[in-house]
Amino acid sequence: MPLASYQTSVPVVVDDAKCIADKGCTVCVDVCPLDVLRISDMTGKAYMAYDECWYCMPCEADCPTGAVTVNIPYLLR
Amino acid sequence: MALDQIVDGLSEVSCDVLVIGGGTAGPMAALKAKLKNPKANVVLLEKANVKRSGAISMGMDGLNNAVIPGYATPEQYTKEITIANDGIVDQKAVYKYAQNCYKIIEELDSFGIRFLKNENGDYAVKKVHHIGTYVLPMPNGETVKKALYRQLRRARILISNRYMATRLLKSSDGRIAGAISVNTRTAEMLVIKAKAVILCMGAAGRLGLPTSGYMFGTYENAANSGDGYAMAYHAGAALANLECFQINPLIKDYNGPACAYVAGPFGAYTANNEGSRFIECDYWSGQMMLEFYNELLSGKGPVFLQLKHLHPDTISEIESTLHKVERPTRGLFQQGRGVDYRSESIEMHISEIGFCSGHSASGVFVDDNARTTVPGLYAAGDMASVPHNYMLGAFTNGSVAGIDAMEFADSHDFAEFDASEVVKERERVMAPTTREDGIPPNQIEYKTRRLVNDYLQPPKVTRKYELGMRRLAEVREDMQERMIARNAHELLRALEVQSIMDCADMAAHASLYREESRWGLYHWRTDFPEKDNENWFCHTLLSKQDGKMASEKRAVEPYVVPIADDEKDLYDKQRIRASA
Repeated sequence: MPLASYQTSVPVVVDDAKCIADKGCTVCVDVCPLDVLRISDMTGKAYMAYDECWYCMPCEADCPTGAVTVNIPYLLR
Repeated sequence: MALDQIVDGLSEVSCDVLVIGGGTAGPMAALKAKLKNPKANVVLLEKANVKRSGAISMGMDGLNNAVIPGYATPEQYTKEITIANDGIVDQKAVYKYAQNCYKIIEELDSFGIRFLKNENGDYAVKKVHHIGTYVLPMPNGETVKKALYRQLRRARILISNRYMATRLLKSSDGRIAGAISVNTRTAEMLVIKAKAVILCMGAAGRLGLPTSGYMFGTYENAANSGDGYAMAYHAGAALANLECFQINPLIKDYNGPACAYVAGPFGAYTANNEGSRFIECDYWSGQMMLEFYNELLSGKGPVFLQLKHLHPDTISEIESTLHKVERPTRGLFQQGRGVDYRSESIEMHISEIGFCSGHSASGVFVDDNARTTVPGLYAAGDMASVPHNYMLGAFTNGSVAGIDAMEFADSHDFAEFDASEVVKERERVMAPTTREDGIPPNQIEYKTRRLVNDYLQPPKVTRKYELGMRRLAEVREDMQERMIARNAHELLRALEVQSIMDCADMAAHASLYREESRWGLYHWRTDFPEKDNENWFCHTLLSKQDGKMASEKRAVEPYVVPIADDEKDLYDKQRIRASA
C-alpha cells in the first residue's frame, strides 16, 4: 500500500534566533529520551523531527540558551 | 548524510558485566559491579542517553517506600507489602530490600541527593500507606540523574548511549553469553559478549493506549516499551504474575501522577463529585484501584484530587514540588486548562494497562539476589518481580544485582554462543528495512495498543480475551511480514512494537491462566469473580517452552514475617463506610 504523510503540530518549539546548534551544540538532541529532535541541514538549528513526545522537559531544562520550549501535545492539552 | 540513514555494519566487543538500561537500577548496578571489582570492565548500554533516561528523567519528588529506623521496621514493611499484594509475595526479597534500603538512602545522600529533614535533622517521613509510614519527600529531587551521572563518570563506567538491546545470547548449556544490540541512529549492529548481564530496562509502559489517543502520552517514560520483558522471555527466563497489571489513578488526559503521595501528607485527598472521600487510603493498590473504578462507574464521578480546602501557602508548597520535579509539565498543563489548585480540584482518571513492579507485583522472576532463572542473567528495577519497588527499590535491588553479577563474572569465563544466532537476529532486526512497501511501525503500534485497550483491560472477560488474542495474532502477522522502516529511527520504533506485541501476548496468556480474581482491579476476571486461595495462592510463572508460551504455578516461599489472619484482608477494606 502506498504511504501518505500525515500532518501534526509538534509540541517542542525551538527559537532559531537563540539556538546555537549551528555552532556545534547538540544538547537537546542528546538528552531526549525518545530521540525526536534533530539538527536541520537547511537552517543548522534544532527542530522536532518526530512527533513522539513525552513532554518530559530535559530538552528545555538543559538548553544552554533557553531556545527550547516544550508545549503539551495538542491531543491531551 | 540524510536523516537517520541506515548503515550496514556489525561489530563485536566484550566486557565482564553488561548492564542494559541506564535509568535508575542500571546506573546503580553498574556502579556497584565496578566498585566490587575495579579492574573489571563494566558496560552500561542505554537506548536513549544515561543523562536523562528512564522513569526519573526529570528527577523524583520523593521516596515512596523508605524503611527508616524510628519510623518503620523491615518486619512492618514486609508485612504491609505482603498484605497489599494479597499474600502472593516471596518475602525474602522484600525483607532484604527493607533491611538494605536505609544504607542506600545514606549513600544517595552522600551523592548529593537531599531528602526532607525536620528541625532535629531527622528524616521527615510521611504516612501514605494503609498501615505504616514510609514516604520521604525529596525537595531537590530534580538532581538525581546528575548526581548518578557524576558517580558513573568517577568510577569510569563505559557508557554506550543510543544502543537498543534486542536479544540475549546464551551458550548451549543455557548460561548467559551476552547481548545483541542495534544503534538507534544508524542501525549498525553491535554484539556484546559478557560473563554476566543485568537487565534494568524499566516497565512495559507503552502497552495500553492512553485515552487521549496520543501514543507517547503514557504514565511511564514512553521509551519503556517492554523490551526487557520480551528479551527475558525469548532467552527462556521465567516471568512472574504478569496478570497483575499496573493501572494507575492519574491526572485525566495528562496521564501523569496528580500526586496524592506528595499532596496527601499535607491534607489533600481523593474525592468524588459530591466532594466526599470514598477510599480510606491513597496508596496505589489493586484494591484501591477497584474502588476508584467503581466510583467512576457509579455515577458519583468524576473523581478528583482535592486541594482547595488547604491554606494557599500549603498549596504553593505542594506546587513547588509538583511543577518542578518528576513531571514538571504538570504546571503547564493545568495552566493551559485554567485550573488553579486553590479554587478547583484536579480531575483524575484510570490509566491504560502496563507491566511494572514499581507499583504492582509482576515482572521477570528474580530471587533475593536479583538472579533470574537463567544462570548469569539478572534483573532489577521496574521490570523485575520484587513488588512495589518504586525508585528506592530500583536503587537497592540494582545494587544487589551489581554485586552478585560481578561475583558471578569473577568466577566464570565467557560462555560460547552459536554464531548463527547473530545471523538470525540480524535478519529479524533488519527485516522491516528490506521491504519496498508495507505498513509503518506507528500504525502497527496503534492497532496493537488499541486492541489491548478493547480486549485486555479489566474487567477481564474470557471471551473478550480469546477474541483479542485472535486479533493480535493477525496484527502480529502483519508486523512480521509487512512492516517497513525507512530509516534507523523508524527501525527503532519497529523493534519497540515487537516488544509491545510480545508483552500484549504475555498479558493475555498470563491473565487466562489464573482462574480466579485477585489484586482488586488488576486481575478481576468476571468468569472467576472470587479469590480462590485453595487453588491459586501461588505465583504464576510464564516462560517460552519449545517456542511457545507456557504457564505454571510456583508456590509462595514460606513467610519470614508471619501475617495474622485478621491482618490478611486489611487492604480489602478500602471503601469508606457510611457512618451512622
